[in-house]
Amino acid sequence: MKKKLVAAALCMAMTAVTLAGCGEKKGASAAEGSVYYLNFKPEVTDIWEEIAQKYTEETGVKVKVVTAAGGNYESTLKSEIAKSDAPTLFQINGPIGYQSWKDYCADLSDTDFYKALTDPSLAIKGDDGGVYGVPYTIEGYGIIYNDEIMQKYFAMEGAAASSVDEITSFDKLKAVVEDMQSKKDALGIKGVFASTSLLPGEEWRWQTHLANIPVYAEYRDKDVEDLKEIDFTYADNFKNTFDLYLNNSSTEPTMLGSKGVNDSMAEFALGQVAMVQNGNWAWSQIGEVQGNVVKEENIKFMPIYTGLEGEENQGLCIGTENYFSINSQTSEANQKASIDFVNWLINSDTGKDYMTNKLGNVAPFTTFNDEEKPQDPLAKSMLDSMESGKESIPWVFTTFPSQTFKDNFGAALLEYAQGSMEWSDVVNTVKEQWKAEKAAVQE
Amino acid sequence: MDKNLKKYFPIFVLPTLLAFFIAFVIPFIMGVYLSFCDFTTVTNAKWVGIDNYIKAFTNKEFLNALWFTIRFAVVAVISVNVFGFLLALLLTRGIRGTNVFRTVFFMPNLIGGIVLGYIWQSMINGVLAKYQVTMLMDAKYGFWGLVILMNWQLIGYIMIIYIAGLQNISPDLMEAAKIDGATSWQALIKIKIPMVMPSITICLFLTIANSFKMFDQNLALTAGGPSNKTTMMALDIYNTFYGKVGFEGVGQAKAVVFFVIVAIIGISQVVLSRKKEVES
Repeated sequence: MKKKLVAAALCMAMTAVTLAGCGEKKGASAAEGSVYYLNFKPEVTDIWEEIAQKYTEETGVKVKVVTAAGGNYESTLKSEIAKSDAPTLFQINGPIGYQSWKDYCADLSDTDFYKALTDPSLAIKGDDGGVYGVPYTIEGYGIIYNDEIMQKYFAMEGAAASSVDEITSFDKLKAVVEDMQSKKDALGIKGVFASTSLLPGEEWRWQTHLANIPVYAEYRDKDVEDLKEIDFTYADNFKNTFDLYLNNSSTEPTMLGSKGVNDSMAEFALGQVAMVQNGNWAWSQIGEVQGNVVKEENIKFMPIYTGLEGEENQGLCIGTENYFSINSQTSEANQKASIDFVNWLINSDTGKDYMTNKLGNVAPFTTFNDEEKPQDPLAKSMLDSMESGKESIPWVFTTFPSQTFKDNFGAALLEYAQGSMEWSDVVNTVKEQWKAEKAAVQE
Repeated sequence: MDKNLKKYFPIFVLPTLLAFFIAFVIPFIMGVYLSFCDFTTVTNAKWVGIDNYIKAFTNKEFLNALWFTIRFAVVAVISVNVFGFLLALLLTRGIRGTNVFRTVFFMPNLIGGIVLGYIWQSMINGVLAKYQVTMLMDAKYGFWGLVILMNWQLIGYIMIIYIAGLQNISPDLMEAAKIDGATSWQALIKIKIPMVMPSITICLFLTIANSFKMFDQNLALTAGGPSNKTTMMALDIYNTFYGKVGFEGVGQAKAVVFFVIVAIIGISQVVLSRKKEVES
């Protein structure tokens, strides 16, 4: 009898524990609404959690922040948004991201943060004219160079140029780079360019960022913003710069399949190379490398030249793929709470301080004045370039059809670099994949 | 007692049955249903019929992945079982340090696939660096890399199962064979192998299923490179699901096809090798 009692008691205890687990959640989602932000950037997880805490302290509204692991944003969002406790604030990466999430994007055209955009054309608009994504940061990329090494080179006899300002075209860049490569021992470097990372998943600097320039030029020629099929008219320009990277690098082209972006950034930070193509977000990566020898004031940007006509006046590639969207399928109260949260981020002093100084965002809102800009060397160099009157290239790669397109393009580049694929096949791959993947999206 | 047991049978089975339904049956039915739908998230699906299946089968990459997986499975299943069995034979002879060796061979199985993949990636690339190439130079490097990885990981596990089988053979049988003058080769072919047939059934099933379903090792070792030539089926499904906008349904359809293929191969293998088992 006693045994039975004990067993019954145990059973009760176990059920109680299980049920308690279910009960807890209910109380939280009260009428005032709460915010759940699914963060895109793992490197700033801690900062977002701090922001959430601060906001809750100030306003009493609950903010939950979850961070998706690098490269897994789409998959995390897919599973999170299907839950009853779904993200209220999430991120889309441009027109293509909007295509896949349009059922979940609320119209933001009446929100204060949309109205505060310095350039409303930056926002993502749907076919119905509504606003479905608002950018919260502007980023830029180009060729990052180590000025110390460049100055050392310019001081050498017979240098192909005497300052970086003279490099305003692909031909000049090529002359300088090739001359530097031949004098690499005297310069104390392993190569001019850091490894062209072509490990699968690490090729985005080429198949997305570098490819942006020829695709942009093609869009410009045809006066369009998107194409169902591309001719890849400027494939040779892509090849120009890509070959330059491959042939004047610290790494043999056949070994590139083992290199990742971190390897390239480490080479740059350790002073083994003079240049690397990347964006302003790379500052943290350079700064964090152990044994980093590059001084902050020596890190600067120059535009990526590919031999396009009129490129003397070309600036960096400036744009964004970080757009806030608000989940339209969550409750009204939650949507309102999320809108208030974003408004707070760009209006209050605390919010603005976090946005610029801690998150390092160049926020494209009128509420930020000139002093409220990030102070790291790459962000500064980027802002200088934007104000210099040179023509920035917008990020058109947000219209690239899909990840599969990018992966296959990257794989073709790897094979080209290793010598197992002809360039003409790479061009064909790009055209075919573009067409096939675009057709898939349109359906 | 028996009667009581029967009476309470539903109550005792209920918790497990419930768990089985929640964690297996319902997701499975949902998965099959979703393969006929166009969806982004599982709660927001639209019926499109067999459209997804047509897309899956007209997709060249899927058929390539299927072919690559089959070739891989054939090589891996044979090599893992042969090596596993040889090791088991070696480690049941009572040589010194048998337990240490068993542990050592079993250990790789305890390491997760992703970690293993990255370790082997740097090792293989390290060796290939001597010839100034990487594993992504040619699909054959990736293929053999995967075979080596699979062997390294699974041999220990398979070996343990064979050891258990071999130890179950009654010493009487072996002694009788010896007295009758059987050579050790004859003893192996005529007694040991027939007697461990149940283990062989299990091991074959495990290795076939594992080879077909291999995902994390594939992702970490080559990620399908170069140009998807070493993409196996599970990775192809993953890429379809997450890499293409609006292709979630096609990915799901591929997954259902994948399930059917693995189930057919697995079941027919079990049926075939069961027939060869003998009563001891």
